[in-house]
Amino acid sequence: MTESGYQFAADDWRADIYAALKRQRIVQVAYVPDAGHATLIKALHADPHMKVSVLTSEEEGVALLAGADLGGERGVLLMQSSGVGNCVNMFALLRSCGFPFVTLVTMRGEWAEFNPWQVPMGQSTPQTLERAGFLVYRIEHAVEAGAVTEAAVRIAYDSAQPVAVLLSQRLIGAKTF
Amino acid sequence: MLPRREAVTRLLAHRPSDLFVISGLGSATYDLAAAGDDARNFYLWGAMGGALSMGLGLALAQPFKRILVLTGDGELLMGLGSLATVGVQAARNLAVAVLDNETYGETGGQASHTAHGIDLADVARACRFREVMTVRTPEELATLRDLLLRMSGPVLGVIKTAAADVPRVLPERDGHAIRRRFRQAVLG
Repeated sequence: MTESGYQFAADDWRADIYAALKRQRIVQVAYVPDAGHATLIKALHADPHMKVSVLTSEEEGVALLAGADLGGERGVLLMQSSGVGNCVNMFALLRSCGFPFVTLVTMRGEWAEFNPWQVPMGQSTPQTLERAGFLVYRIEHAVEAGAVTEAAVRIAYDSAQPVAVLLSQRLIGAKTF
Repeated sequence: MLPRREAVTRLLAHRPSDLFVISGLGSATYDLAAAGDDARNFYLWGAMGGALSMGLGLALAQPFKRILVLTGDGELLMGLGSLATVGVQAARNLAVAVLDNETYGETGGQASHTAHGIDLADVARACRFREVMTVRTPEELATLRDLLLRMSGPVLGVIKTAAADVPRVLPERDGHAIRRRFRQAVLG
């Protein structure tokens, strides 16, 4: 049982991500839904100490979390890899002003992807983030989820960097129909 | 039609100490600077479509401070979805003032959507803003000021303004410096 009252399944590594966010004093969360983030989103909504904003498009979250930083709060943007493309121009805000920033990106278009429309953006996601000045980390195995998330938040806020954590499609499980 | 500089100056006259302003890129940033530089101003020089979202993040972080987003019709049109996001959050301390000259003034004066009857006040109302108003005359500015600075948000005021050229007043452009100064003003 988490502080939020949400009960993750015993083997759900999102519980480790949630715990890492709590330890690192994340209080604002912005997201465009993704199946890979679904249980984390439920837990965050159930937590009365989290301010959770559902967005219409991912770039709103970049600006929203910059505003949170102006007000002294830490935040994280949850999205899937297709959303990274929507954010590109807004990412300039982060580098222009030196905002710390963390996004957790669930990957599509890689491991066993069934939908070809997901492949172009998924395959260009790491390079897109790097070209925008992000430090990019990747979680391939469930056991790393908590540690990588925590390290990402720490370097983002302690060293004022934009940081992305890519959650691999192999980890999440490829979607099937 | 209202002269934009006069409108912004009157809105910010005798500025309450807890009022923090984020301006959208272009003319709104110049208008905010022309009304008097202040550590409680955050001037955007880019991030088109992001001013309102930024205001929301700040409003959620600082619920006891008043947050005013001052922007143009083109900037808000690019972030139209953020009106819906603000409506969901229903932030009581968040206000939006749109300087609506019905043109993309920075890029050659092309007609914007509002020149064709798209009504940003109506959009905000549909997005569950608590109060909205549109003003066209100086006599209405006192009511607008009351809406933007005192009424329970989210609120939005559209200021119909002439598309006339006004001299640019250019504030600090270094985003790192703007961020540092603004955070110090917010956080002490």
